[in-house]
Amino acid sequence: MSESNERVVVLAGGLAHERDVSLRSGRRVSEALRQAGFEVDQRDADMHLVPSLQADPPACVVPLLHGEDGEDGALQEVLALLDVPHVGSSAAACRLAFDKAVAKSVVAAVKVSTPDAMALPAETFRELGAASVMDAVVERLGLPIVVKPTRGGSALGVQVVHRREDLPSAMVGCFAYGPVALVERFVEGTEVAVAVVDDDSGPRALPAVEIRPDGGVYDYSARYTAGATEFVVPAGLPQPLSKACADAAIAAHRALGLRDLSRSDLIIDDDGTVWFLEVNVSPGMTETSLVPLAVEADGTSLGEVCGGLVRRAIARG
Amino acid sequence: MPSGDRPAQPGDSSGRAPVPVGRPTRLDAYVDRYAARTKGMSASEIRALFSVASRPEVVSLAGGMPNISGLPLDIVGSTLHELVLDRGTEAMQYGGGQGDSTLRAQICQVMRPEGIDAHPDDVVVTVGSQQAVDLVTRVFCDPGDVVLCEAPSYVGALGVFRAYECEVVHVEMDDDGLVPEALRQAIAAVRAAGKSIKFVYTIPNYHNPAGVTLSSARRPEILDICAEADLLILEDNPYGLLGFGRDPDRALRADEADRVVYLGSFSKTFAPGFRVGWALAPHAVREKLVLAQESATLCPPTFSQLAVSSYLATHDWQGQIKQFQETYRERRDAMLDALADQLPSSATWTRPDGGFYVWLTLPEGLDVKAMLPRAVTERVAYVPGTAFYADGFGSRCMRLSYCHPSPERIREGVRRLAGVIQAELELRETFGAALPREPRGYEGPNTDLS
Repeated sequence: MSESNERVVVLAGGLAHERDVSLRSGRRVSEALRQAGFEVDQRDADMHLVPSLQADPPACVVPLLHGEDGEDGALQEVLALLDVPHVGSSAAACRLAFDKAVAKSVVAAVKVSTPDAMALPAETFRELGAASVMDAVVERLGLPIVVKPTRGGSALGVQVVHRREDLPSAMVGCFAYGPVALVERFVEGTEVAVAVVDDDSGPRALPAVEIRPDGGVYDYSARYTAGATEFVVPAGLPQPLSKACADAAIAAHRALGLRDLSRSDLIIDDDGTVWFLEVNVSPGMTETSLVPLAVEADGTSLGEVCGGLVRRAIARG
Repeated sequence: MPSGDRPAQPGDSSGRAPVPVGRPTRLDAYVDRYAARTKGMSASEIRALFSVASRPEVVSLAGGMPNISGLPLDIVGSTLHELVLDRGTEAMQYGGGQGDSTLRAQICQVMRPEGIDAHPDDVVVTVGSQQAVDLVTRVFCDPGDVVLCEAPSYVGALGVFRAYECEVVHVEMDDDGLVPEALRQAIAAVRAAGKSIKFVYTIPNYHNPAGVTLSSARRPEILDICAEADLLILEDNPYGLLGFGRDPDRALRADEADRVVYLGSFSKTFAPGFRVGWALAPHAVREKLVLAQESATLCPPTFSQLAVSSYLATHDWQGQIKQFQETYRERRDAMLDALADQLPSSATWTRPDGGFYVWLTLPEGLDVKAMLPRAVTERVAYVPGTAFYADGFGSRCMRLSYCHPSPERIREGVRRLAGVIQAELELRETFGAALPREPRGYEGPNTDLS
């Protein structure tokens, strides 16, 4: 293949809470790229990374670091500083997308529905009194509500709260993952994920993946225990809803200025409204992840898709 | 749009072709075929967080890896070299299911300082003492049988008991180890419920995770209680020779040969990579263990056995253990000093006289497992206390291990941990009144429940 001499560095691991997921994503994408003919060097993001990229610059870096290590834009800033092409969004776009509260605001501005929510730092509860703030939150959003860190992934620190008395421990659990909590109205419905891939004709939505976790909640265990969740891809949606999901994911991708690949997590309620929850700029690529399922349902392969993204990144320079 | 079992091809009212619906998949072709006992085997956030703990930036006070940096690798290397040259074909061949006879005789010598007078015929060599726990459970326990364990107890043994579908009933400990009266009560309560107790599992010396040692005064009492109740004792003793400035305690097995299965290991006194441990058992039990061993592995690894045997025969292994004791004592001191300097007065912890672990108890209302992500962010790791209970207790406790990091790293790790605890205390102050409290169950070692 023409790219057989192109050396690609796949970055996986890091120090974020999702290190284990990242390593598994890295292994899978590395193998897919090797099968696509690339020379792949998978490595961790540690203190040796920058010197090694400087000493022996690869044709392209594929960041598969999940969580802050790879999705908050800092890594992309460094790669830009080093003039190393990379797959994925720019630093500025990552910053917007990684903060769930910011991303929701940006996406809401382009008329995509997103559940009412508020971002509250731990200090707010301390300074204003936790009980009264929590009362106000519940009064405004109702119950149940979802508590999640504004920055993070893999549902780490996420809890669905059905009773007011369970809210304090959910908040404490959430703040263990980060300083700001997003408290969001819970939307009951069909959970789907839509991957968006950029190609020469612009962003294109892959078939939606419907998620049916056994326990009803798509938490960490449901995500990474093989067999614990049933997936349907393409999702069992009527055409208008399927299109509405694709449109929402593409609108989010565009509004946030994302590039190459993103995955939007959506809920379709009983009225058929598509609600945007969050977007991932470095979505999981593990054996139980959603994007590889969507790629397969699209009739292509992970190697083909990732190879195409690598070639685009190299051409971009 | 309901998410239930909708028709496979819903279509729409516009008359356009419906979007094809995929076949449901669970990404595991065998999902319906696993044994019922695998039900609890699932990915967990805690396990994921430990992946970060392997990075050098993180001070891991979590793992129990022996510190073997002081091993004389040149001597071990030449011992292995000679083993291969002189007895290579024997060392790389199958062996007997009970284990090498020379090694079994040496094991009897290793147990002597603890007052055990054993015959090599009663020793079964195993793949670490972990396999001995497995074999003993395999030959004694049917699903639903009860095993009495200290509260808390060794996570690896709890995993074995779970795998054999045993019911674990915890028995209270304090700073002097297993509490005799609590043991009496537990036996009575379990039997009153019509359940069968198969054995009492105990780690009498430098307990993992609690760090405490069963006092010499209590040892005969524990033996008497088990004799009265006609109960077998599984005495797990991997750390017994690793006391700090004290002679080894007298083993329970030293005073009761017929009622105790004693488990030992070279993982802490030599090196864990060889995976050599043993069980010393009454003859009838020993015969069952040999048969169970043969069905599990055919034989324990011959190369490892001969390597350990050669090491014991040619090296001052007792001197090496003294060096290990110093290594661990220095680290224990560093941890205890750092805890005293850094932690709030509301925290309590055990003060081990040997072994690897300190058991830390935080004020009520703190959830140590929920706190772990913050700790990992601050680059320090520990094992949450709930791992050491089969019944969900231990949520405000943690195991801190001092065996592997340097004293400087231990001090830094405790400094980071103190910051994490402080942040959690502040959160508790903010949200605390409504946080769930752990129901009272066991008064753990050095746990102030006032």
